Amino acid sequence: MKLEELLYADTHEWVLVEDQDAAKIATVGISKFAVEQLTDLVYIELPSVGTETQSGKEFGEVESVKAVSPLYSPVDGEVVEVNESLKDALETLNDDAYDGGWMIKVRLSDEASLSKLLDHAAYEKQCADES
Amino acid sequence: MGSESLTTPLHQNHCELSARMVDFAGWSMPIQYEGIVAEHLATRQQVSLFDVSHMGRLSFSGANAAQFLDRISTRAVMPIQPGKIRYSLVCRADGAILDDVLIYHLNSTDGESHYSMVVNASNRSKIVDWFRQQPDACSVHDRTLETAMIAVQGPEAIRLVSRWLDWDASSLPYYSGAYRSGDFGGLTVSRTGYTGEDGVELIVGADQASEVWETLMSLGAEQGIRPAGLGARDTLRLEAAMPLYGHELSESIHVAQTGLDFAIQCSGREFVGKSSILEAREKGGLPVRVGLRLEGKRPAREGCEIYHQATRVGEITSGTFSPTLSTPIAMAYLNESAAKPGTTLEVDIRGKRHSAEVCHLPFYQRA
Repeated sequence: MKLEELLYADTHEWVLVEDQDAAKIATVGISKFAVEQLTDLVYIELPSVGTETQSGKEFGEVESVKAVSPLYSPVDGEVVEVNESLKDALETLNDDAYDGGWMIKVRLSDEASLSKLLDHAAYEKQCADES
Repeated sequence: MGSESLTTPLHQNHCELSARMVDFAGWSMPIQYEGIVAEHLATRQQVSLFDVSHMGRLSFSGANAAQFLDRISTRAVMPIQPGKIRYSLVCRADGAILDDVLIYHLNSTDGESHYSMVVNASNRSKIVDWFRQQPDACSVHDRTLETAMIAVQGPEAIRLVSRWLDWDASSLPYYSGAYRSGDFGGLTVSRTGYTGEDGVELIVGADQASEVWETLMSLGAEQGIRPAGLGARDTLRLEAAMPLYGHELSESIHVAQTGLDFAIQCSGREFVGKSSILEAREKGGLPVRVGLRLEGKRPAREGCEIYHQATRVGEITSGTFSPTLSTPIAMAYLNESAAKPGTTLEVDIRGKRHSAEVCHLPFYQRA
């Protein structure tokens, strides 16, 4: 996956938007920067297929030894697929945040929220400012 | 990081080690360096260094120091022999816990013995004020800012400190302390800690702290020494079931319900809180401190409510994922009826019930 082709939320989720059978499907995960900031992940809670997600609202949470962190949906739509294998293999997020570490796929109901997301360069700049 | 945070004499060392700094009880402190789990396991398996300079260090003087300390301590101070250190609690007359402390009675280089105390950072000014308000108070000196405190913890700690001081630190019994001197000036070494491992805590002059830290880091390199932050300190103390003020201990918790009975000595002495403790024990009915192991991987945190079927039976005071046991663990206060080890309960974690079992404390005890 080319990181330049992804969109990013300022809350550190990444989004890949693809066309699939006349629908737009967004794959969502969290960035390597976010994984490195969280450290020592022990638990993830993801929604079930069919859940409606809304841009800026929580779709799950990821928990480290130290603290729990909400996962915010960067898009509006319906969850059509969940990466269930992550639950027992959280180390995937450390090794492979952008491919094996995907969390949910969402069928977009509205594309307006995509315009609020950052491109790769803008997101890189945000990470540099935060670290 | 608040601009008004205090920094310890080791602040520059933490920055050089790329520590993640947080504000804790008014101090800028390292929460972690490379990661909590790595630092936790290094402490269990090798040795690590903790900056605990935020802890309050008080010393006492005056002919009545021993009598005064005995009166404000749940544990008898008069019988503490020179060279010894004891864990104790300070409470109000109504049993509300003001702090948990270590009381030191150490021989000094002048041939006299002196009393000193280590208190929680969050309680330092409160406890100093409380002492000074007492009608029989001795002189209380706050040494926190002129000193630093470094904990050396782990199975390799004693060997490392012995090599550094050219002195057999294993000759120091547990909960004992001694003054030592070296190139860096004088220091207090005590066989104490807050991790459940063997080790020492060092109190050194603020000006010497950085040199002591760097010397131990380089001497300990072959033993795999690592710096460890407050994050690992918390997971380590929780596995060892050591209470933390603000969680298992607070002014809204009665000293009699903590289960710290080894630190409460009522017979043959008078002290602040004694009659309230005797009354609470007689009446019973207060929730008790227990350990919980949760099923699955999701840690329960402070404030999570605990249920036995439909009945709320208590609340979690500290919870984490145990790096040693690879399972979520927690301490909680539970109604006595639900507190028997082996009892299966449910913990509400943000609206979802998770199964948990009451277990014996501590979760971890070194071999």
